[in-house]
Amino acid sequence: MNPFWLASAPPTNCGEQIMRAFDAGWGGAVWKTIGEPITNVSSRYSSIDWNGQRMMGLNNIELISDRPIEVNLREIAEVKKRYPKHVVIASLMVESSREAWHEMVQRTEDAGADGLELNFGCPHGMSERGMGSAVGQVPEYCEQITAWVKEKARTPVIVKLTPNISDIRIPARAAKAGGADALSAINTINSITGIDLDTLEPRPNVDGKSSHGGYCGPAVKPIALNMVQQVMSDPTAALPMSGIGGVATWQDAAEFILLGAGTVQVCTAAMHYGYRIVEDMADGLLAWMGRKGYQSLDDFRGRSLPNVLEWKQLNLNYKIVAHIEETKCIGCDLCYTACWDGAHQCIHLDRGLPSPDITRTPAQIAAISSRTISMTPLPKLDAHSAGGHGPYATPLARIPRVDEEHCVGCNLCSLVCPVPECITMQQRDTGLPPETWEERVAKGAAAEANAITGNPNL
Amino acid sequence: MSTSVGFFERSPGSPEIAARFGDLHPPLAPASAVIEAHRCLYCFDAPCTAACPTHIDVPRFIKKIASGNLEGSARTILDANILGASCARACPVQVLCEGSCVMHRNNERPIEIGRLQRFAMDALHASGAPLPFSPGADTGKKVALIGGGPASLACAAELRRQGIQAEIFDARELPGGLNTYGIAEYKLPLAESLREIDMLAQLGVEFHFNATVDAEKLAALEAQFDAVFLGVGLGAIHKLGLANEEREGVTNALDFIAGYKSGTITSVPEKVAVIGGGNTAIDAANAAVRLGAAEVHMIYRRGPQQMSAFAFEYEHAKQEGVRFHFHVTPVGIVGADRIEALQLARLEELTDGMLVPKAEDGRVLEVDLVVLAIGQGTHTDFLRDGKVQLEKGRIVVNRVNGKTSNPKYFAGGDCTNGGREVVDAVADGKRAGIGIAAWLEVAHANA
Repeated sequence: MNPFWLASAPPTNCGEQIMRAFDAGWGGAVWKTIGEPITNVSSRYSSIDWNGQRMMGLNNIELISDRPIEVNLREIAEVKKRYPKHVVIASLMVESSREAWHEMVQRTEDAGADGLELNFGCPHGMSERGMGSAVGQVPEYCEQITAWVKEKARTPVIVKLTPNISDIRIPARAAKAGGADALSAINTINSITGIDLDTLEPRPNVDGKSSHGGYCGPAVKPIALNMVQQVMSDPTAALPMSGIGGVATWQDAAEFILLGAGTVQVCTAAMHYGYRIVEDMADGLLAWMGRKGYQSLDDFRGRSLPNVLEWKQLNLNYKIVAHIEETKCIGCDLCYTACWDGAHQCIHLDRGLPSPDITRTPAQIAAISSRTISMTPLPKLDAHSAGGHGPYATPLARIPRVDEEHCVGCNLCSLVCPVPECITMQQRDTGLPPETWEERVAKGAAAEANAITGNPNL
Repeated sequence: MSTSVGFFERSPGSPEIAARFGDLHPPLAPASAVIEAHRCLYCFDAPCTAACPTHIDVPRFIKKIASGNLEGSARTILDANILGASCARACPVQVLCEGSCVMHRNNERPIEIGRLQRFAMDALHASGAPLPFSPGADTGKKVALIGGGPASLACAAELRRQGIQAEIFDARELPGGLNTYGIAEYKLPLAESLREIDMLAQLGVEFHFNATVDAEKLAALEAQFDAVFLGVGLGAIHKLGLANEEREGVTNALDFIAGYKSGTITSVPEKVAVIGGGNTAIDAANAAVRLGAAEVHMIYRRGPQQMSAFAFEYEHAKQEGVRFHFHVTPVGIVGADRIEALQLARLEELTDGMLVPKAEDGRVLEVDLVVLAIGQGTHTDFLRDGKVQLEKGRIVVNRVNGKTSNPKYFAGGDCTNGGREVVDAVADGKRAGIGIAAWLEVAHANA
């Protein structure tokens, strides 16, 4: 089964787009939310660039479909006629009345939609009209409307969850209680992407003003993964899941599936690069599955869920320390700076010294260094110099040393190191059996209890 | 003549030269500069900073480009190197900052530090903002600087920032020395050198042009000023010592380069030979190609490995179309009124490294123009009365502060080191400026 769906958004605005997307290799599409047509503003998108990369995060204040319901329904019918094997889900948002929902469910199913996605997540504009996240944020509404839809629906009903809530499991449980067949998560996150420092106007700029918008793109994936995991690990909330949030590569898709998603929905990446990105997403996922020996998505779906625990269930006696591979070190000393300023001061630049020196701070070393350099040898002009130019071997004094005894194994150095596999975290045997905080507290409580009863064996 | 502004407006040159000597390393586009800046790792105690003779805090100025703080970036550069714009273009970055970039060790392209530096400096110039420094509170002290090249300019800037009056005396019509007259136009255009010096003038540096300083004049200046900085550079280019060397059609690389840069030379004859193997020889040879010579020959007495020119300069000259002749030397100049050919002899290297011409193995190379680039003599004859200690014609200094054997005299640049890079002269000048200010303070305190 092709798990790659386009999320309900501008890339699924009309039948022509969706048919082109199917031609490009998408397995399904969630039609841009259908409801009473709205009027949009301009501009409506804004993005965050990072280190020269465009659109690490995208935000929008676009509303649901601005096209008449009849047009959308007619095109759904057309798409299904031409692409009967592809999944077409109708995303719906109507006013909170039973009749309105019943009517809309009837009409979209009659048009041929394979399923319904209830948009309880849109955080801007629609929520002010009592729809979208205004529903998703109130478990009672969520359950009630899901139940209304289920009274009428003949196709599967997916409830799309908003992340703009303190515990996503609560609306998920409500949706399940209301009879939902599946969930999708997450919708966009409330955000202000930035402010123009020349004009002091926030973005996206609508005649000098802006509004909070929905954040998406690569930046939101960690938040989405966490929310999917939360829902899927909760038996009272878990349902078949369509994972959404920053999915742009096959790795992203695999991660969502490993946390229990059955399909993934993509929007920002398609807005950024077009429908063609699905080719590598599918190709890469299949190649990875081949390497891992997985025949189907079910072979690895949810396989990482047991590995996500509560902090109190982690092994306190597992110890790792940083190890710097000298032959790979290029001497940028970012790990040194990071450890001193950002972590626990256990990396030192004293390999060139006769004995370890753990007292000098980076500022002191920089000051000494700037005092010792006054003239630079020029190859060719200075016969006595080393001659030639780069790459030089990294001087011993620039290769940092880890003070293993004090290294807390936080991992920061290996995260900042620009050279792959230069800094690795190595396990050190503490000689202690695994023990979690939960166990330690329980033991402590037992010891306390025994102390009171006077048990001499503890 | 004494003036202090508007060198850039008065810069000579010709449109044809500008067209023929387009940028060797074109400026970075803003988006590329930001991406390149983001590649910088921001090393601790960075090797590039150590490799720069003026110790520009390279990661710091690059990060400011990445963040869009171009103003701060330019200030960071200028704080360490007041001639940051010309050094960005003229520096052999391949063997200095970029040569020491840790990226090499990661099998990656080094960060394009030179082009990023130029980007920040160009942005400052384009913004029309003044030099981001102001003169220090006036100390009432004044220093005469002999020579208007990079060493004196850097020294003068340092003095002004410390509230000391700085007057530069230069034999030429425009300031800048080698920066203005001697660096290949495709690296550092004459106009750019002057634009940068205009900014220095805003600090209150005074200039005296066509002011050749001899022993007598020096004595007068010494009496008039609190200290003297010698930044006289090197002297004339050596001669071959052959008969007919004064004949028309024989010139030297410095006059040749200064000539085309200032627009007095706009073309060359068909066949040009450049004698020498240094970076100046390469600059002259490339210039001859761009000025339209059909054949440009480089004559060098040893092999390519022994040339003092950097390897990348050699590669560049080959790409420009310069033909290299190694292990040969001119032994005669042929021609009645003007030069027609060079008689060349093969050289044999003896076991002790001596080179001996093999007369029987000679050839004749037809040439219309010979450009000599076989090293420069010193230019310190006017100091021979024992004013300062000399060694092989070079002024002996304490490199830390530019002090000479005479307490009132400081020196830096090519006249002390025998001829190095512009950035070395800037570093010398800066150190001497700091040295002079410190000395004047002590002298003043004791007075």
